[in-house]
Amino acid sequence: MSEPQVITDENVAQAVDAALAAIGAANDSAELRAARTAHTGEASPLARLNGALRSVPNDQKAALGKLVGQARGRVTQALAAREGEVLIAEETARLAAESIDVTAVPTRWRGGARHPISLLMDKMSDIFIGMGWEVAEGPELENEWFNFDAMNFDEDHPARAMQDTFFVEPVDSHLVLRTHTSPVQIRSLLGRELPVYVVAPGRVFRTDELDATHTPVFSQLEAIAIDKGLTMAHLRGTLEHLARSLFGEGAQIRLRPNFFPFTEPSAEMDVWQPNAKGGARWVEWGGCGMVNANVLRAAGIDPDVYQGFAFGVGIERTLQFRNDMNDMRDMVEGDIRFSQQFGMVV
Amino acid sequence: MRVPVKWLRDYVAVAPDATAEEILADLVKVGFEEEDIHTFGVTGPVVVGQVLEFVPEPQSNGKTINWCQVDVGEAEPRGIVCGAHNFVVGDKVVVSLPGAMLPGPFPIAARKTYGHVSDGMIASARELGMGEEHDGILRLASLGLDPAPGEDAIALLGLDDFAVEINVTPDRGYAFSMRGVAREYSHSTGATFHDPALSPELEPILAAPATGFAVTIDDTAPVRDRVGASVFVTRVVRGVDASRPTPPWMISRLGLAGIRSISLIVDITNYVMWELGQPIHGYDLDKLTGGITVRRALPGETLVTLDDQTRKLHPEDLLIADDSGAIGLAGVMGGAATEIGDTTTNVLIEAAGFDPTTIARSARRHKLPSEASKRFERGVDPKVAPAAAARVVQLLLELAGGELDELGSSLDNSVAPRPIFLPDGYVAALIGVGYTTDEVVSSLAEIGTTVDAADGGHVVTPPTWRPDLTDKATLAEEVARIIGYDRIPSVLPVAPPGRGLTRSQLLRRSVASALAASGLTEVLAYPFLSTKASDRFGSPVAGGVPAIRLANPLDSEAAVMRTSLLPGLLDISRRNLSRGLTDLAVYEIGAVFLPVAGETYGSGPLPFGAARPSDEVLAQLNAGIPPQPRHIAAVFIGDTITKQPGQLAVASGIADALAVVSEVAFVLAVPVRVATGSHQAMHPGRTAEIWVGDRSVGFAGELLPALADELDLPRVVGVVELDLDALIELATPEVTPTPIVSMPAATQDLSLVVGVGVAAGDVLAAVREGAGDLLEHIVLVDDYRGQGVADDAKSLTFALRFRAPDRTLTADEATAAKLAGLALAAGRFGATLRE
Repeated sequence: MSEPQVITDENVAQAVDAALAAIGAANDSAELRAARTAHTGEASPLARLNGALRSVPNDQKAALGKLVGQARGRVTQALAAREGEVLIAEETARLAAESIDVTAVPTRWRGGARHPISLLMDKMSDIFIGMGWEVAEGPELENEWFNFDAMNFDEDHPARAMQDTFFVEPVDSHLVLRTHTSPVQIRSLLGRELPVYVVAPGRVFRTDELDATHTPVFSQLEAIAIDKGLTMAHLRGTLEHLARSLFGEGAQIRLRPNFFPFTEPSAEMDVWQPNAKGGARWVEWGGCGMVNANVLRAAGIDPDVYQGFAFGVGIERTLQFRNDMNDMRDMVEGDIRFSQQFGMVV
Repeated sequence: MRVPVKWLRDYVAVAPDATAEEILADLVKVGFEEEDIHTFGVTGPVVVGQVLEFVPEPQSNGKTINWCQVDVGEAEPRGIVCGAHNFVVGDKVVVSLPGAMLPGPFPIAARKTYGHVSDGMIASARELGMGEEHDGILRLASLGLDPAPGEDAIALLGLDDFAVEINVTPDRGYAFSMRGVAREYSHSTGATFHDPALSPELEPILAAPATGFAVTIDDTAPVRDRVGASVFVTRVVRGVDASRPTPPWMISRLGLAGIRSISLIVDITNYVMWELGQPIHGYDLDKLTGGITVRRALPGETLVTLDDQTRKLHPEDLLIADDSGAIGLAGVMGGAATEIGDTTTNVLIEAAGFDPTTIARSARRHKLPSEASKRFERGVDPKVAPAAAARVVQLLLELAGGELDELGSSLDNSVAPRPIFLPDGYVAALIGVGYTTDEVVSSLAEIGTTVDAADGGHVVTPPTWRPDLTDKATLAEEVARIIGYDRIPSVLPVAPPGRGLTRSQLLRRSVASALAASGLTEVLAYPFLSTKASDRFGSPVAGGVPAIRLANPLDSEAAVMRTSLLPGLLDISRRNLSRGLTDLAVYEIGAVFLPVAGETYGSGPLPFGAARPSDEVLAQLNAGIPPQPRHIAAVFIGDTITKQPGQLAVASGIADALAVVSEVAFVLAVPVRVATGSHQAMHPGRTAEIWVGDRSVGFAGELLPALADELDLPRVVGVVELDLDALIELATPEVTPTPIVSMPAATQDLSLVVGVGVAAGDVLAAVREGAGDLLEHIVLVDDYRGQGVADDAKSLTFALRFRAPDRTLTADEATAAKLAGLALAAGRFGATLRE
């Protein structure tokens, strides 16, 4: 340690000036740290002047103490002020250095999608859930009794012939790929307490070759409601609610007489699609009717007490005209560019 | 059903200016969907011409053409080039003049050909759309016509007519006739209808005697308890000239109906079938031996049908036989032996009623669907047979000459329609429209039922042509249909409160959404596989796997129902790659079909419909249905993260497959365990088996590279397939969360050395188990091999976090727990602490 300092105005002023000069000259944290050590550290002039206070006579202690204390205070303040400036400058420089092109940041996200057929099936199911209905399911490979007999298809009905239905070997096992989701309806009637209000969405199978409007594997949503006092007016009301939910408030339902073994009366239904590209139009949508008494009997329900309605629509067909698609093949080929246009919403 | 409109006008007052579209719209209202519109496609000027002279001119191409002068009713004849030679000077022919349009469309213009300007064209029957006849031009004399030159040939030949085509639903066979369609048109529009079966012209023929022709119904094996024939009317006309031409109006109508003109007598039988819906069979009476017997075929019996095919008969086939044996397959096709030909002079007309089921089965069995079988299958009015036979007689007498003979028969065992009781208010209560009693009764009367008031309702007896009217609901449909479905109001029913989606439905949706949000794209593959694909993916070990096989697949190479979702996903992947895409992450959720080896599926004979089977029978039906669990599978190809500025590509593979496992497990809150596994379709060193407890729920990893190569896929293909139904079943039904402890944690690393063959996951599990409850979290952070570690060993480093629920852990406590974990790993795998 160098020789002790003598506390004089001059010595103090000199030490302070030197310190302030060094602090002012410090341009970054390292230089500031060096200036702090040099001018406030144990070996610094000010520290030594402070140490010299111990040896001054008592009558001068107060005055000299004040002199040294104020000097140290000035230096400490200057250090703090300069530190703030340096940190800000340094942080600014660092942020500038960290800047990148935000339009070229490597992405970790990968685009996925649900299939629009699944999305539409969920959406339609939710419309019924919202009305208090439930969603029922059943096997895709069915016993013929559920697919045909219970649905009032006579054993000689043409639809049971080989040209429409996929049969399983051996044919006398009576197993078929369901041709509609109606077997789920009969299973619901057999398995649930009345009244029953269920929809059955799912995959169905017919021996049609794939083309722009046919596919051997497609999806349906069928609905059945069995209660006391249900009428064809309730059928129309339900269809209109579904149509408005899917096609907008202006949607309407038109019924035309038709025939199905499982309903009587039966109707073909058209929907008025108010927002169709190319202009509002009527579109054939599906089949419907009042559940045939023989179907109720097959489920052990007394048709003189309960009655109700049923309908079915094709999901692929609905997607096709709702979303203005020409070719059904896009729905079955699995090209990911198709589904990715939909993302998570249909 | 094609409906020629001029023909329709014979029986119902169609507005004179009604267009095809308007007629179709009226028929739609009563339940006949529109299918098409048919015209001849001929527009004028098409006129009658008379050949005045012609000069044959041999051509350099070897053909000879005729340069004709044709009188078309103008001041001067026209010069026309004609390539046909089947005419002579003086013949009346059909000339399409420049400006005319023939079907094709084929516009006619004056054109230079073979050194002349041909000022029109002499047409053949085929060129006019009148048939397939193309042996030269149409000579009007062959149709029995001798009109004046210049006359409009379009009107003359009925080529200005058109037909509407409608779809007839299977319950309404009566509408496969002009009689039925005209009646329905009347229901729709209110236009006046005249029943052709009640035509006054038929009355004298119906009144004439017809007896003495022996007809026997000998059905020893009725199908479904219904005798094969219930009606059999025969009439005889003698002395006909079978070689006379069919008149053009009949050719035109049949043509529009879609029926080719064959010969006068055959055309008449087809015409009457179309008109009244009653299939007619004509026999050459002189070729018959004795009377007719209707019976089932004998074992081994055969029949040569009209098309000269020898048919092997089935004991269920219904036959028309005479003393010589079988002469026709009833309601399906006649036999060759008694066929009517040009030399036929005496005709036996048969108008019969056959059992629909018998005919349907025979037509299907022999692959002989015909206009006749189509009508019999759907039910023919049993009471129209005498009128139909009389109508054939009338047309034969008029067009083929001859005389009505007294020989004939009129068997009718048909069952009268069953009356139906229709309670008051029933129709309104089913349809939801407040119909008045008068509306109900008059609608039913309009369609031909007899309605009688009864206590509390009405007794309704359907007409004989409506076998589909069998119960009160069918009557309600008629009322609603006749009054119009537009009257039905819209009322939203109120269902009882529902329970929302089931837990399984919700979880499946969550899984599907989570994977899509993670960058996977959902696809829906067909569930049909080749046997090879099924055997390869359906089981971890080589060999055939039990699978459901289709009896009638669209593609015989894809006849097996999928036992795995992966083949479909791999197919779809290849399709995407072939379209230029390189990075794929696709998934599917769907049913697979997993019959158990040794089990027999299906059921015996089915219970009848229309009655609830017993619980026992239902249980048997259900027991015979093979398991069809829902699986989830995914395929990854290419890069998961692509190369970008400052980012190296991250290749897809087993890590992505295992990420799906983690994600599904997370969404379902089901604890899964990943263990080393093996599968015949998978990379032997990169396959994980996925477990929940002691149940295997699937596998994940990379495809066997040789297989990827065989499937035209890149070497590395990440794949995963899980039994989603099983995972949902095993998922924690309701999570009971552990209370969150806020005491300070103590973290420590543990590096240990084990043999290279030891699975890190097993070591981790041992450390976790040994460390006990204080260990809150453990993760593998490093796998080091190389300097400082023996060649056959590896150093695994785990980061551990300890916490006690009730106190601050000391470092010593944490260390003790860590070493307990090490001890268990040492005991199981010989792990040693790495210094």
